Amino acid sequence: MTASTDSGYRPAVAQRVRTWFANRFAIIAAIVVLLYLFVPVAYTFVFSFNDYRKSNIVWNGDAGPTLKHWKNPCGAPGVCDALVTSLKVGGIATVVATILGTMLAFALVRHRFRGRSTSNVLIFIPMATPEIVLGASLLTIFVQGFSRFGLRLGFWTIVIAHIMFCISFVVVTVKARLQSLDPRLEEAAQDLYAGPGGTFWRVTFPLVLPGIVGAALLSFSLSFDDFIITNFVSGDETTFPKFVYVSYLRGIPAQANVIGFSMFVIAVALVVAGQVIGNSRRR
Amino acid sequence: MTVASAHVAGGGTTHADPAPGGGPRKRSWTAYLLLLPGGLWLLLFFVVPLVQLFTVSLQSGFPGYPGYYYRDVNVGNYATALTEFAGHFGRSLLYAGLATVFAFILAYPLAYAMAFKAGKWRGVMMICVIAPFFTSFILRTIAWRQILADDGPVASTLNFLHLLPGGHITETWMAVVAGLTYNFLPFMVLPIYASLERADARVIEAGGDLYANGFTTFRTVTLPMSMPGVIAGTLLTFIPAAGDYVNADLLGSDRSTKMVGNVIESQFFKVLGGFPVAAALSFTLMALILAMVFLYIRRFGTEELL
Repeated sequence: MTASTDSGYRPAVAQRVRTWFANRFAIIAAIVVLLYLFVPVAYTFVFSFNDYRKSNIVWNGDAGPTLKHWKNPCGAPGVCDALVTSLKVGGIATVVATILGTMLAFALVRHRFRGRSTSNVLIFIPMATPEIVLGASLLTIFVQGFSRFGLRLGFWTIVIAHIMFCISFVVVTVKARLQSLDPRLEEAAQDLYAGPGGTFWRVTFPLVLPGIVGAALLSFSLSFDDFIITNFVSGDETTFPKFVYVSYLRGIPAQANVIGFSMFVIAVALVVAGQVIGNSRRR
Repeated sequence: MTVASAHVAGGGTTHADPAPGGGPRKRSWTAYLLLLPGGLWLLLFFVVPLVQLFTVSLQSGFPGYPGYYYRDVNVGNYATALTEFAGHFGRSLLYAGLATVFAFILAYPLAYAMAFKAGKWRGVMMICVIAPFFTSFILRTIAWRQILADDGPVASTLNFLHLLPGGHITETWMAVVAGLTYNFLPFMVLPIYASLERADARVIEAGGDLYANGFTTFRTVTLPMSMPGVIAGTLLTFIPAAGDYVNADLLGSDRSTKMVGNVIESQFFKVLGGFPVAAALSFTLMALILAMVFLYIRRFGTEELL
């Protein structure tokens, strides 16, 4: 742009450009940050096609991309067992944590009782506690205390730990949804002679359901991705993140990339499908 | 879909009504029945283990029998933890602090766009924030190691421009801080998003009308309204990051970037008889958390906590 003294026009353009960027700054920055979140996922995807010789770290340019790992995702010993363990742990932990957490959320939002603030604090602190402290404390109690009752480190200790750290996230998510509900909807149902049970199951519950589903999704993703706590309490059991970590020194098989990226795609596809169905029902 | 902690907007005022939010209020046994299973679970598998960890942090080892301990009030474990590993503590706080600042800078525009600009894309953006969890953070951290490696795109570009003193990113503090920033970013985004979502967009518009300057509106209206979310996000990022050991393990070096988490991990798994000192280290971290949460409650009250 030439430096002119035409003061009537130039500031207007500059102003418009500035406004254009100011209006879109947040959305542009958001897209950049989302892309940044996906960078290592894309890397994982690309290296799932690597025809590597020793370890899947350097791209083997001589061989070119290969589909062999995708054709044989269970080809690496132990990788699918670990995946199945992770899915089972995630499934059980999600169901239990979602039920317990939803109950807590209802109690906290809908009832007054002694010890409300203590409960709020007790629910918040596990979320802020470093995983290493949670893992270490659970390990000491499992080894020094609960082993008396026949509880051995393994599948069920992982499940117990995952339920524990998922509960808080469920409470927070469901609570937010509950607090944003319009109380007049329930009052209207009661005015129309719905009993407490009818009001709950036909009005309150369907309205809170999106929050509960979101909480379950968050629980499952946190459980599926957990490594540090799992590493402390798992004993000989291996979950998918533990499998990846343990095989890091020997070299991670590309099948782990295949599974990791597939889980990402499946999760996104399921949620997008759910949202599309939800939107069409609402219409 | 609302996935995150929710905050009553209001810039840190205390509520006259201790239980805000809609809905009928009942004082009945139902509340206790609803609380019982979840509360018991947290008591049994969160509080009791922490108490146990505390007693372990005071235990002493039997001389001559490594790996066996007896009940004691051995404050020496804390002295060891705080003197021998002071450097690791300092490093943890520094790295976690840097990561929290960077995560905030990255998270705020994203949370803001999700709350006010995304419209029907809001749900999709939310999924995008959570979905990388499914690829496993270990795989993603190892991917960063390759991306930031000396012959990778980032380091070679910076080296070409002579902008990288030392010539390496991996095996230095930079890679560890980058990894921590990346891995804890969602825990900064979600609470800020929740508090912005609850803020009234009209108030921000009014602020825009009154100040007519984007930055002033942000500083005087938007940011104060989202403050509970910012603080909650800071807590959920800073403390877990300070206790992390995987990033320092996979991205850092064996000598100069070890954090307190690495010490705890190796004291538990690799040092025979290391349990008490490891427990003392963990509990020192825990004391830090409790102090920060306490300060938060003093400022915002317990209702704003979630």
